[in-house]
Amino acid sequence: MIPAKFDYIKVSSIGEAVTLLDKHGFDSKILSGGHSLIPAMKLRLSRPELLIDISGISGMDGISEEGDKIVVGANCTHQKIASSKLVKEHLNILAQTAGCIGDVQVRNRGTLGGSLAHADPASDYPATVLACDAQIIAEGKNGSRTIAATDFFQSIFTTALADDEIITSVRFPKVANGNYQKFFQSASRFAVVGVAVVKEGDAVKVGITGVSDTPYRASAVESAYDGGSSAAAKAVHGVEVMSDHFADAEYRSHLAKVYVKRALEA
Amino acid sequence: MNISITINGKAYDHDIEPRISLAQFLRENLDLTGTHIGCDTSGCGACTITLDGKAVKSCTLLAVQADGCEITTIEGMANGAQMHPIQEAFREHHGLQCGFCTPGMVMTAADILQSNPKPSEEDIRHGLEGNFCRCTGYHNIVKSIQHAAEKINT
Ligand SMILES: Cc1cc2nc3c(=O)[nH]c(=O)nc-3n(C[C@H](O)[C@H](O)[C@H](O)COP(=O)(O)OP(=O)(O)OC[C@H]3O[C@@H](n4cnc5c(N)ncnc54)[C@H](O)[C@@H]3O)c2cc1C
Ligand code: FES
Ligand code: FES
Repeated sequence: MIPAKFDYIKVSSIGEAVTLLDKHGFDSKILSGGHSLIPAMKLRLSRPELLIDISGISGMDGISEEGDKIVVGANCTHQKIASSKLVKEHLNILAQTAGCIGDVQVRNRGTLGGSLAHADPASDYPATVLACDAQIIAEGKNGSRTIAATDFFQSIFTTALADDEIITSVRFPKVANGNYQKFFQSASRFAVVGVAVVKEGDAVKVGITGVSDTPYRASAVESAYDGGSSAAAKAVHGVEVMSDHFADAEYRSHLAKVYVKRALEA
Repeated sequence: MNISITINGKAYDHDIEPRISLAQFLRENLDLTGTHIGCDTSGCGACTITLDGKAVKSCTLLAVQADGCEITTIEGMANGAQMHPIQEAFREHHGLQCGFCTPGMVMTAADILQSNPKPSEEDIRHGLEGNFCRCTGYHNIVKSIQHAAEKINT
């Protein structure tokens, strides 16, 4: 399988990427790890005329500690995040999430920014960025802005990013008590259901991916939380549950409750 | 587009269309046909090579993305007639039958053992999640990698 013809430019700065995106608009696509985009191009589901490779931009693949925050560059691979000492120490839920994406080879190429921008409803990170209340930092022709995770995911494969914007980093508060639980699709290893839970004192924040076409915060679980796990019964409250050949809506709803329970009890 | 890649220690300069995958480039332009294409959709791992030391699926990488990188393919594992310890272990422990998946298995094993020189059986099984074998049932592949770890560590 060979993609349709395209031009390829490897940029060395964010400014250069944004200028090209702005100029070529819909005909161009950012390329990071390529592990969502290239398969789609090979199947000719996507036929951009220009690929703007951002993987060589310096400073976009770092992980740093800024006070009570951990800032992860958009170009960090899943592997780098899963094995980062800083992430494991202050944000283990993210290391855990990154470590269960795909397989070794996929983790060696795929990136945080690419996964969030792609917004596949079966991807893992959305649950965790939602539960952590992370902030997505994006840069476009009008400069840089911060998007709350809860405003970022809009629908299937659709985010709050404008056409000329790229994700440059993601800012996470440190998390002492959190975990991610995933029911794997057995062939692709994507999430049929993924649940991230962050506990803070008597409160809990719950992010869920895979269940609906848009990842969500399970607010019904959060408000019913009493320190135990009975609130898990409300995992799909008010949500339109997806149905596909891996899991119909009834089974998916059941899985969501079971995985929220596990995450609350972990 | 012009690219320069070091493959198995040898420098290559080639003019290539951006839409050509690295797997295709290796097989069709360089005749390095040890890298197999099974699914061509990033599922099976047969096309695994190492890129700057890390296992990646070369069917899901454009050759232009590898510009300036160092690649090792299965052809670069042996030292002349001397097999790499991972290859030797596969031979000794019956880690292959038809051999189609084997180049990808060996290259993934190289990444597993580099990041974790003493992997448990579970670590190896997790490490092979992206590699499919239709013949062996994986058992002897896992055993081969365990023995390869011992060979490399002694
Ligand atoms: C076999 C296989 C198994 C997988 N399993 C899982 C899994 O279990 N869980 C999971 O979550 N994912 C899984 N994935 C997807 C994988 O994690 C991808 O790497 C990820 O979704 C996309 O990241 P990327 O860097 O490869 O992005 P690319 O493919 O390069 O880009 C994806 C999209 O995002 C855009 N983009 C990329 N970077 C940016 C940026 N910084 N700013 C704005 N837009 C950007 C691109 O234009 C494109 O539209 C799997 C993929 C494969 C091939
Ligand atoms: S041929 Fe690349 S993963 Fe199957
Ligand atoms: S030995 Fe035949 S596919 Fe693995």
